[in-house]
Amino acid sequence: MSVTVENLSIAYRMRSGDVCPVDDVTFSVADGEIMGLAGESGCGKSTLGNSLIYLEGRMRRLGGRVLLDGRELPIADFRAMRPYRMARVSPVPQYAMNALTPARRIGRLTADLLRCHGVRGKGALEEMRQRVTMVGLSEDVLDRYSFELSGGMRQRVTIILSTLLNPSLLIADEVTSALDVSTQRAVGEMLMDFRDRGYVRSVIAITHDLSILAQIADSILVMYAGRLAEKAGTATIVKNPLHPYTQALLASLPEVGVRHDQAKLVGIPGRPPSLVRPPAGCRFADRCPFARPKCAQAPPFAEVAPGHQVACWKVSEGWAS
Amino acid sequence: MSEPEASRNGTASTLRIDHVSKVFRASTLGGGQTPALRQVSFAIDRGEVVTLIGESGSGKTTLGKVILRLTRPTEGMVTFEGQDISRFSGTRLREYYRYVQGVFQDPFSSYNPIYRADRVFELIRSVYFAHLPHQAWQAMISSALQAVALNPDDVIGKYPHQLSGGQQQRLLIARALLLDVRLLVADEIISMLDASTRVDILNLLISLKRSGLAILFITHDLSLGNYVSDRTVILRHGAIVEMGDTVKVFTNPRHSYTRDLLAAVPELHKKWQPLGSRPAVPSGVVPRPVALRAPALTECEPGHLVADEEQP
Repeated sequence: MSVTVENLSIAYRMRSGDVCPVDDVTFSVADGEIMGLAGESGCGKSTLGNSLIYLEGRMRRLGGRVLLDGRELPIADFRAMRPYRMARVSPVPQYAMNALTPARRIGRLTADLLRCHGVRGKGALEEMRQRVTMVGLSEDVLDRYSFELSGGMRQRVTIILSTLLNPSLLIADEVTSALDVSTQRAVGEMLMDFRDRGYVRSVIAITHDLSILAQIADSILVMYAGRLAEKAGTATIVKNPLHPYTQALLASLPEVGVRHDQAKLVGIPGRPPSLVRPPAGCRFADRCPFARPKCAQAPPFAEVAPGHQVACWKVSEGWAS
Repeated sequence: MSEPEASRNGTASTLRIDHVSKVFRASTLGGGQTPALRQVSFAIDRGEVVTLIGESGSGKTTLGKVILRLTRPTEGMVTFEGQDISRFSGTRLREYYRYVQGVFQDPFSSYNPIYRADRVFELIRSVYFAHLPHQAWQAMISSALQAVALNPDDVIGKYPHQLSGGQQQRLLIARALLLDVRLLVADEIISMLDASTRVDILNLLISLKRSGLAILFITHDLSLGNYVSDRTVILRHGAIVEMGDTVKVFTNPRHSYTRDLLAAVPELHKKWQPLGSRPAVPSGVVPRPVALRAPALTECEPGHLVADEEQP
């Protein structure tokens, strides 16, 4: 097991009380696995990703732990986390296109970053040069400023930087979201290629876009309002989703070839609950067409088939649709 | 360059775009020129959704701005119901905006956060309906809100941060509907919304179209464009590469660029197909053309125009 997250809860401290966008979350990512983390905005997916790298001042760990290769990751301790960042756990930040400083050439930026993380010698910089050409960019990218590169090039450079020290876990937050379809494909394929070459061991790919996950992810974890809703292999989630939220989410996605006069898609009525005072039971119950009185209790995130976990009473108790 | 398509039902098109080009001149060193639009011509009819698809930098937003008179074309003409819009000024321009309205990508920045969201209605009232009695105005607002499936209690008197992105975007569409809008320019209006609310906005556009509204739906997302539109225009580097009935363009793409775009769309039930001999990763930026000349369009089947392949 490469990464195991056990009962992790992360809160933001606010004047109106703690807001808990990651609430009792348990999952694991195997070696060589790309796990997609999907959900709508505000569901806590980015908070979960960030908490594995850098707990901001206003974030607090309420409980739970994270194991990386069997050893606990000191996520609540800023200083103790330092040797792990970039070397073992590495982020590709959201809006990574704007993550590169415009004041340094890419090569210089890389050198600064490596020195900061205590990597000496020219080896890593040479590796950077090699990987840049490997993904189809020309070597002179290193002599350019970030604003001279297109969005897709910047995104690829950022991913190369993040994976330069061959981390065990890469947390890729919305890496394809701001890109055009053809660049999306290039970046998605590059992530898979890096995994295949062993540049990264496991990847958590955070996105709201289920169709890109259907292409690149081995498994998909769906979050809703701070809790886990469903986790299974990609094919299972796409073909046979069990949680009503996953089903509704998939049903609302238009696909190429589907037109309004052939099949009318429907959205999910309502909006997610506020996390300041979340409902005690199932958080999707308000918008769920199958809700029953039992849903006032929180459903367990239970395994219903090997590798397929769902948090829904309808599934675990076998109610008819 | 072929003639812009004649309207198919014989009447004049709502909007005609005729050989429109737009060049941006850089004021910095070198003073380079960027042709954002090259000889673009097409028409939008009443009750029709035309999707404008293009990647970033293809000029799709510039075209929306030209139609909304937010920027002037360098060449070419836009006519609305037979009249050249570049000649409008003063009262006539105000009348033009009565019929043509735009909704933009980011609902979160379309509102002033210190005012209540329904202030956007009041601004319309002060310009167009200054003498309308209060009762009649309220009736107009409630019918506009009803048209976009919003509950007045949910949105009236609320601040923008109290509304969801979907509600904000509907409110902006309702604002356009208060006027006698005949053409709606919808520029990436759902890109910032969650998947679960996106499709509701699309369905709303379809129902508005059925009531006779012409819609220019600008997007980079092919599956969304395919879902709503009657006709599709695909732009690349400011020039049309392919256009025609949506079904024809999507089922029988003729231009290599259209095929590439379609091959890259992530689909739920189908993995990306190998790209064959072409490299999996495009090698950075394709140099933009400098000239305003656009590749010629030829009709490959009725209602389906394809541009000649452009040599880099």
